[in-house]
Amino acid sequence: MGRVFLLGDDVDTDQLAPGQHMRSGIEAIAAHCLEAVRPDFAAGVCQGDVIVAGRNFGAGSSREQAAEALKHLGIAGVVAQSFAGIFYRNAINLGLPVLVAQTIDGIADGDHCVLDVDAAALTVGGSEIALEPIPDNLRRLLDDGGLVSHLKQRFAETRR
Amino acid sequence: MSGATLAQKIIARAAGREAAVPGEVVTADVDLAMIHDSGGPRRVEPILRQLGVGLWDTSKVVLISDHFVPGDTDEGARILRMTRDWALERGVEFHDGEGICHVVLPERGHLKPGMLVVGGDSHSPTGGAFGAYMFGVGATEMAGVLATGEIWLKVPETIMIEWRGLLGPGVLAKDIMLALCGRLGMDGGGYQAVEYVGEAITALSMQERMTLSNMAAELGAQAGLIAPDTKTYAFLRAAGAHMTEETSLRTDPGAALGAHHVFDASALAPQVAAPHSPANAMAVCEAPRTSLDLAYIGACTGAKYDDLKNAAAILKGRALASGMTLLVAPASRQDQARAAQDGIMGVFEDAGARLLPNACGICAGYGTDRLAAGSRCISSTARNFKGRMGDPSAEVWLASPFTVAASAVAGEIVDPRDYLTEREIA
Ligand code: SF4
Repeated sequence: MGRVFLLGDDVDTDQLAPGQHMRSGIEAIAAHCLEAVRPDFAAGVCQGDVIVAGRNFGAGSSREQAAEALKHLGIAGVVAQSFAGIFYRNAINLGLPVLVAQTIDGIADGDHCVLDVDAAALTVGGSEIALEPIPDNLRRLLDDGGLVSHLKQRFAETRR
Repeated sequence: MSGATLAQKIIARAAGREAAVPGEVVTADVDLAMIHDSGGPRRVEPILRQLGVGLWDTSKVVLISDHFVPGDTDEGARILRMTRDWALERGVEFHDGEGICHVVLPERGHLKPGMLVVGGDSHSPTGGAFGAYMFGVGATEMAGVLATGEIWLKVPETIMIEWRGLLGPGVLAKDIMLALCGRLGMDGGGYQAVEYVGEAITALSMQERMTLSNMAAELGAQAGLIAPDTKTYAFLRAAGAHMTEETSLRTDPGAALGAHHVFDASALAPQVAAPHSPANAMAVCEAPRTSLDLAYIGACTGAKYDDLKNAAAILKGRALASGMTLLVAPASRQDQARAAQDGIMGVFEDAGARLLPNACGICAGYGTDRLAAGSRCISSTARNFKGRMGDPSAEVWLASPFTVAASAVAGEIVDPRDYLTEREIA
């Protein structure tokens, strides 16, 4: 069981991984994740919490620390009405579930929730919201634990 | 068969297929991979080690340092040193401190029309100005490309953006892009391919076209293409690229499009985008009266030779408003040298501008040059996200090099056309 962190449209990568901390490791970046818009986030987030956001989540830079920071902080996944393309690929490559919801109406900040990636569903306060399933080719990547583990398996097979 | 779009043609060829159908997931061979000091060696090398593999083809990888240049922090300097060592170790072509990756790549003849190129940076669509299908990826995905030479794509639909007629005096490619961000939104590109066509686009210089393709990123598109023409081939030949002209590298007349937007270039006024989104665009004349502390001519979007030339055309013989700071970070060493030869750098010097290195500078906000709390800046860059260029309380207004320069003179946001007319009359 986690809680919802509700965010708006166009949450950008500079908010998720501030440039000033980009020269540092993921620990430091994660500590400042979303600080410009949600100063209580990094300190308050717990394992299993879910980000629910509007349109175009992860807009901007290709820096994958934006997705990595969320994973590092224990976010179970991001549910948004749409994702910026590069962020979406980065998240899957790093093993962070990202799922599209037709609507996020009725979901409130702090709601208790459970994200079920297999069923493509978010349960919030007893009601279940259907999400768009992750496409097959990406689901395989996610199941393998991200791109690096996926490639490790691939190279191991060709070496055999 | 109703024909194919430019994007479909490039992807089909790279994927070894007869045709590429929008929506289909394909694996394509990568013709060129570009990486920089931030997402490059320091991030990909640990992954290559884990995989126990080298680069798939050293000759197809170009490394450029720009984000942490000039190494003005301990960590930044360490990252640059690591980047240099890696280039030597891996034997990769390296442009070190020569400018911003998106500008240096074509300037050194690395791009050719029809290529499928992956860049480790979100403004990689810039390569589309040369008729290459170029898009940005994160470091892990880039490590995968470096290891395998392949990448997956979902074949995009093409969103045709047509600008009929010609831009009026004082209106630039940047104004086109801000207007498009305002009109279509930061997700208007839907991670599809944007293609720019029309008389206004054909009339633009290659560097102005680069601004259009670059900011396809701000529309949320995967790529921002412009079909190659004689200007494209002339630019690339001068840059040292060898290639034959391919007349088929264009969207067929009957090709199915995702959307087709038509705009009247002659009706476009200079634009500004209010903090904190490029989508907050409006005509300068509709902007609220806004006093400024700082003007920034920088970034891949806004400090190429043509951008410098345009800014200088307004600054020449004029002084900055009292209290105004002007920072200029020419996008490449080569562009700066050309600008110096033509007296453009002298104009900035006379105006009292502070010159920054040929690098990302304040645009990335990775070094010590950052916007102070509460400052208000007009900037030729592509993004004005909260906190990107400095303190979250700083305000960044985006505009063209003309508008940034005119506003630096006025001390507040102004329409540059008033300044150009004065000049023409005088
Ligand atoms: S100048 Fe700015 S937009 Fe261009 S590559 Fe550097 S950080 Fe990115």
